[in-house]
This record gives sequence, structure tokens and C-alpha cells, in this order.
Amino acid sequence: MAELVFIGLGLHDEQDMSLRGLSEAKEAESVFVELYTSLMSGLQTEKLGRLIGKKVTQVSRRALEDESGTTILQAAMKGKTVFLVPGDPMIATTHIDLRLRAEERGITTRIVHGATIVSAVCGATGLQNYKFGRSVTIPFAYKGCTSDRPYEVIKHNLDDGLHTLCFLDLDVEENRYLTLNEALESLLNIEKKKPKFTISLDTFAVGLARLGSSEQVVKADTVKRLRAHNFGSPPHTLIFPGKLHFMEAEALITLAKAPHRIRNQKR
Amino acid sequence: MSKLKKITSRAIKLMDVKKNIRDIGIIAHIDHGKTTMTDSLLTEAGLLSPTIAGRARVLDYLEEEQKRGITIKTANISLLHEEEGEEYLINLIDTPGHVDFTGKVTRALRAIDGAVVVVDAVEEVMVQTETVTRQALNELVKPVLFINKVDRLIKELKLNAEEIQVKLARIIRDFNNLIAVYGEEDQKEKWKVDPAEGTVAFGSALHRWGFTVDIAKKKNVKFSEIIDLYKKEQADGLVDRLPLHEAILTMVVKHLPNPLEAQRYRIPKVWKGEIDSGMGQAMLKVDPEGGTGMVITLTQMDPHAGLVATGRIFSGSVKGGDRVYLVGAKKEYRVQQVAMYMGAFRVPVEKIDAGNIAALLGLDLARAGETLVSADHKDGMVPFESITYVSEPVITIAVEPKRPKELPRLIDVMERLSIEDPNLVTSINKETGEYLLSGMGELHLEIAIKFLREYAGGNLEIITSKPLVVYRESTQSPGAVVMAKSPNKHSKFWIQVEPLDDKTIQMIEKGDLAEQMGRKRMGTALKEAGWPTKEARNIWSLEEHRNILVDMTKGVQYLREVRDMFIAGFRWACQNGPLCDEPIRGLKVKLLDASLHEDPVHRGPAQVMPAARRGLLGSFLSSDPVILEPIYKIGVSVASQWVGEVTSLITRKRGKITASEQKGPLTSITGFLPVSESFGLSADMRSATSGHAFWQTAFDHWDKAPASVSKEVIAETRERRGMSPEIPRASKFIDQT
Repeated sequence: MAELVFIGLGLHDEQDMSLRGLSEAKEAESVFVELYTSLMSGLQTEKLGRLIGKKVTQVSRRALEDESGTTILQAAMKGKTVFLVPGDPMIATTHIDLRLRAEERGITTRIVHGATIVSAVCGATGLQNYKFGRSVTIPFAYKGCTSDRPYEVIKHNLDDGLHTLCFLDLDVEENRYLTLNEALESLLNIEKKKPKFTISLDTFAVGLARLGSSEQVVKADTVKRLRAHNFGSPPHTLIFPGKLHFMEAEALITLAKAPHRIRNQKR
Repeated sequence: MSKLKKITSRAIKLMDVKKNIRDIGIIAHIDHGKTTMTDSLLTEAGLLSPTIAGRARVLDYLEEEQKRGITIKTANISLLHEEEGEEYLINLIDTPGHVDFTGKVTRALRAIDGAVVVVDAVEEVMVQTETVTRQALNELVKPVLFINKVDRLIKELKLNAEEIQVKLARIIRDFNNLIAVYGEEDQKEKWKVDPAEGTVAFGSALHRWGFTVDIAKKKNVKFSEIIDLYKKEQADGLVDRLPLHEAILTMVVKHLPNPLEAQRYRIPKVWKGEIDSGMGQAMLKVDPEGGTGMVITLTQMDPHAGLVATGRIFSGSVKGGDRVYLVGAKKEYRVQQVAMYMGAFRVPVEKIDAGNIAALLGLDLARAGETLVSADHKDGMVPFESITYVSEPVITIAVEPKRPKELPRLIDVMERLSIEDPNLVTSINKETGEYLLSGMGELHLEIAIKFLREYAGGNLEIITSKPLVVYRESTQSPGAVVMAKSPNKHSKFWIQVEPLDDKTIQMIEKGDLAEQMGRKRMGTALKEAGWPTKEARNIWSLEEHRNILVDMTKGVQYLREVRDMFIAGFRWACQNGPLCDEPIRGLKVKLLDASLHEDPVHRGPAQVMPAARRGLLGSFLSSDPVILEPIYKIGVSVASQWVGEVTSLITRKRGKITASEQKGPLTSITGFLPVSESFGLSADMRSATSGHAFWQTAFDHWDKAPASVSKEVIAETRERRGMSPEIPRASKFIDQT
């Protein structure tokens, strides 16, 4: 039967895949993995192959985007195929296109969910899920220009008292990762260019690195101090908290070494 | 050197007296005697002894030039001339005469205000005379005429006074016709030459005599007398009675404009910035106190000094140690040294200011066509438009080193050569291992290869392919409105292409439409050219192969943030057409609508560029795409008995004869010939006329190739480039939902 199962790999290494995911993969005739939508710093394709007991074919961004995932679809037409994706499969928005194409061809599709940064940030910081606004990615500069969009999203959320989760741009295939320091710099530059008094050196933010690994770092402080901090190797994530519930403030102080004055913070 | 020093110090004093400066060039068809004439002027300036002049050809200082007896690289000299008690500084730029080097002529023209056009009295006005005169007029460079080699009419053709009169009158008529055809509205009547007014000189550069009607009258010399002297072989004295430099320099000083006069009408034409701005006014007024504005017209690698950038200062001044900014390279430099040219010598000076020609050292990234400003004026300086070339590189050869391990050396010298000669397009494709040199003709490439070897120290062996013609892809009808998605399928663009009208293409070629003008002024120009307002004022980009990108969207969210990426995609698509990977030419690309993902990373360059390209190619393929081939203008001068052979040879090679005129014993034939048919023309022409034809070709225009030719070109090119034999279908680039 033509079947394509999207399996979330979780946050850090092959241990993060669910048991359901693992048994689906073991049953499959073809196993594909993509590793470009986000960085799982502890994951190795060979280890994954050994765990599943099958050859795992890594597909490039080119194969999925430019060639619209034709290789995966062809395999799925022949028999059960699983597609392993970092995090939770559809949080990498690009894969919805593949799913729709599969359905169009009469391939049954399912999802086995995995842990994702989107929910992991709640765990790591104590910030509550229902208080997050729109999320946004901070991109690499293109020809010296950067997008104003992240700044606008943060401002909009802060105006509504909501938290903003900022993903940082990455190019796994070129081994390029935007760091927290660069991301903050870029936002400060936009503030300088078109000031709306949203982000200053005193603005309070949370920097996170390598969530889900044993070297996880969570640090809540002013932009000035976060910008000067070395968060180490990627992946990095950034949060601009909005209006804090008192439980959120306590959690940030306890879990992320936030300065105690945030208890009195009014926005 | 002490004499040189003395002259230099007088020249420096004159640099401040703007009305006594003339920045001029000498332009001509090959072998019409330009370099010989220049040397004759040098003698007068005391920079060459009289016996050497006429033979030394000082400007031809490159070994290669001397071997071939033709001038390849442009060089500069400054001369002093006294006229009616006043001393004048004449900055003279020598330009190559061979048609394959027309690009260099064009660049030199940006630096000068006037030109002496040299025409051979025997051969008369030829193809290259027309090309260079057209270019000069396009740059608002005022011409005067020198009819050279009059001695040959007497000695070789043995014409009598009356016959000579007829011939000279015909040359003047033909030359004035060029001015009438190519001159700007405001100038073309005023700039016509007339012996009675002193704007035409006659003479022999080799024998170093010449006169204008005025001078002849003053010195009481009659033409019949000159004929007699030659017949009696007593012409040696002519050089003393009618020295050539006097005729030429008098004509230059009296009839060519000084920088104050010339910059007033030339700046608005050659510079696309706001004339009312500080820089605009400074350049208009040749203000030495204003911000420095200079255009680099030539760069050369000096083995000792490094890169030497030569150009014309339009405003302000340049001193050693000045901080300057290159607008194109976006880089700030400190000028190491300022120099002027005296003959083949580059003489360091303290300072050179507006209205003069200067050579600067220490600007590594300077390239011909570059705009230089003082560092404190760098913000908002509009660069001089890139000079538009009448000629284009239409012939390509592939090169590779005989020993593969010498590839890095080859690449190194190729890069160096392309710095010196921007008309030589070098393309290095590390992926396919194709190393290409494109130039304006077979000779241009032949010389380029020589230089490559020389630069590499003479021991680099280079294998070259047979020359290939460069083609263009274009269309004759509008394509479909197509929708193209980004690779991640999260953004959509609606795009349509259509042929760009000839009028707009001409505006681009003449430099009347350039990206540097900014959106507003491009809009005004296009509206005047009849474009609908909505399209005219939304030009996003103007690509080098005459393609225009128009934004016709309304209120698309985030479009501003992807604009530059879309433009990059548009340029990418235009570089490599879908028919056979040749550049696309003459396309109007309309972005009609777009729908963009809200997250910036989902609409980054890796998403937007391919989508722009995809839509463009999809619409292009759905239109009626054609191959354009380059066409030479050909001029042949041949004795009447061979006219039939020449005509049938050109016709057989898919050429067209457009005119044929009896000029004395010779017939001058002009016509068009596809570049692809020109290989081996020398041999064919020789055998058809037993070697009696003089002929010249110059790139003229692009024309739609006949179906059979275009089919062959596509098949051959695709195979050579390792592409699949079939042209992709439009549907490959179009998304449905």
C-alpha cells in the first residue's frame, strides 16, 4: 500500500524519536531523512541507520524543494515509506507541500509527532504557551540588508503583552548559523534605523542554546548582557517575553537566572 | 629629462587657466595615419626630435603594437601650443584605430571634449570612420576633420588639381553626412565642418605638413604649388612652410571647446545625477574648489607602479594623499601619487584639478568606467553611467593551459587582462572547467592571447579553441501570464514577458536610459518615449543585455523586502537563456502580482531568486523565442572590375549589400554580414579579388537568425555545453495552483 509517514525526530539526537516512530521506521520499506530545516547537534545518520536497522537516505533541500520530493513520492508509491524530520514534522512548514502532493497521488499520509523547540521553550523557561504571539525567524542579511519583519513582529507582540519566539536563520548545508549575538545586533540596528522604542540595550530577553541536549543553556537577562554572552555552538533560540505572569517571573528567576527585578517589571 | 621638466612645469601652470585647456582625442579608421600625426605633434612639443617623428610612433610603446604597426592601447600626452600670443595646454588622448578595439575608443571619448578625425584621402570615409564619429557625437565630442595622405593623391594616384578637389569635397560631404545622421539635434548644424571656417585641414602626417584654408591664404600657398613641388620632388620644404602641428593645433585651439564651454552641455548628457545638486553644479562649472568628480577611462598594470588609473577630472582636484571613493567598487582609497602624461612618460605632479586628465596610483580596484569622488562627497554620488558600447564582444574562444597544473597561472593572467581591457569578457566556470575569452573580433582575441602569454612570462603554453560566435535569445511576441512558486512553495509570483520596443532599446544603447538615473527620472524618460505611466514609473531594474524589469503589483505585503532578491533572480535568468544558455536580450519583464510568506526566512534569497527566474523563463518559453545573431557592417573598397565578385561573395555568405558608390577609380561597397559567416573571409576575399580589396568589418546590430541557422545554433551550443538536446518546455517552469 502506498503510504508515507512523517516522523518527528525531536530535539537533539536519535534518542529523541518516539518508540512509535522507531517501530514505524523499522517496518518501512524506504527510510528518508532531511537534516536541513533545523540542526540536531547530536544526530548522526549512521547511528540512526543502526538504530532502525535499515539504510537511511538523506535528502537535500534541493531534492525536496527544487525537485518537489519526487524521490520520496516515488518510493511511497511502491510501499510504506517513512520520512524523518527534525523536531515535529509540520513545524518545518515546507513539508506540508510534500504531504499534499502525496495525498494528491493517492498516498496515505500520517504523522508521528516529535518534540519541538516550539513547546520545548515553555519547558526550558516556564513561559506559558498560551501567552506567545506570532513567532518569526531572524534571517541572515542579504546584500547588507536585513528584514524589518522580526522587529515588527516583536513590537506587535509586546504591544499586546505577548511573548515572541524568534527562530534564528541557519544554512545547515553551508554550515552557517546565525548566533544570538548577531540576531540581537541586527534587531538593535533596525531600532537605530527606524526607532520605535521597542528594543534597547535594557530590554529583557531570553537566550537559549542546544535545547534538549545535556549542554542546554537558558539565560534571561538584558539585551546588553545577552549580546556580550558566548552561548557556544548552535542551535540558538531567542525569546522576547511580553507581560509576565508572576509564575513566569518566578520560573525565569529559578530556571534562567533572571535578575530578581523582573518580578516588578511592568510593560 | 630637464627639457621634459621645463615643459611639465609650464603645463602645470596652465592647468588653472581653464579657457586655455583643450581635452581632445584623435580618432580614425585604422591606418589612416593617426599615430603618425600624433608623433608629429609631439615633435613640436619638443618631446621628440624631428627626424624621429613620422617613424618613431612614440605612442605605440607596447612591443606588440610596434610589431604590428598598429596602436592597441590608449595612451595620453599633454602638449603646449602658442596661438596669437597665448599659451594653451592640450591634453591629447590617443586611441586605437583598429575596429576590434572600438571599446577603448569609446571609453577615451568620455574624457575628451573634442576630436580630430583623421581620414585617409585615398581611402576616404570608411566603416570605422563612421563608427568612431558616431561614438564621438554620441558623447557630445565635437569633431574637426584632418584629411591625411594628400601626398599619395599626387604621387601615387597622379590626380590633377581638379580631381583632387572633387575627392576632397566628397570626403567633406560624406563626413558632414555622418554629423547630420548621428549628431544631437542641438549640435548637428553647428558642428558641420567647412574648410572656409577653418574646421578642415589637409596635409600629410608622414611628411609633417598641413594647412587650413586660412593658413594657406596667410602664407600665400596655393594647392597647385604643392602639386608642383611633389612632381619636382621638392616637397621637403613644405614641413617648414606649412608645419602640420600648426594647422592641427590652431584648428584645435580655435574650434574645439575648452572644458568650461564643453562641460556645460556634456555633463547633463554623460552624467545622470541631479544637475542642481552640489556635485552637479561643481561639474557643470568645472569648479576646482567643488567636490572631486572624475571618470576613469583607462586602467593599466604597470609592472613597477601597480595599477595606473587614468581619467578626466570634471570638478575639484586630486592630490597625492587625498582620500577618494570609488563609487562602483564602493571602496575608499588614499591616492598614492598623481601624475600627468608627457609623451610616453608619466610625470608625478603635486596636484591636478578640474578640466584636466590625470593618472592616479594606488587605486587597486579602479576599472575603466569607474566614477571617483572625494571621500567626503561619497554619499549620494550618482556614478557616471557605464559607458554604452556601440560594439559588443561577439566572438568567443575557449582557452586552456597545455599543462593542466598551470591552470591557476592562466586564471591569474586572465583576470589581470580583463582589468586592463573591459571589452574583453573573461568567464571562468570552475564547475564545467570552461575558460572563455570573448572579444570584438578575431584580431582582438588573437592579441589577447599574446598578452596572456606575455603576462605569464612567456612560457605559458595555451591551447585555444576555434572561435565561436556569441548569440542572444529574445522574443517576438508577449508570453503568457505565468505563476511561479518558490522552491518551498510558500510564495507565488505572477510574471509576464514581452519584447522590449526598439525605441527603448535605443535609449539604453545611447545612454538616455540608465539605472543610475534613479526610478523617477527613468520614469520621466520612458513616459516621454510613450510608455504607459503605470509601467514607466515602476522600473525596478535595467539589465546589461537590454532587459527591463517592471513592477506592476499593487499593495503586495512584504514585497519591498524581497525586491533585491527578485531583481537578482531576474538578472540571473537574463544571463542564461533557456534556449541554449546564451544571454537574453530585449525583454520587458512584468511582475504582475505576488503572494509572499510572512516569515522572512521562508521568502529569503534561496526562495525568491529561483521563483523569479522560473516565472521569467516560463513566460519566455511560452512566447515566440528566437535566436539573435550578431551582424557586422562591412565596407569594401575595390577597383570597379572586382565589384561583381565582392557582391556575390557577400551575398553568398548571407550578407546584404546596402550601398555601392563609385569613388574615383575605386568602388566603395557597404553592407551587412552575419558574424558567423565572417570566419575565413580574408582568404575568400583575397581569392575573389586577387588581393585587391580593402575591407573592414564592425559590429553593427543583432538580428533574428533564420530558422535553419537558429536550429543549428541551438543544437550545437546545447551539445557543447553538455545540455540535453531538447529545449525545456514552458510547463517545466510554470506552476498551476
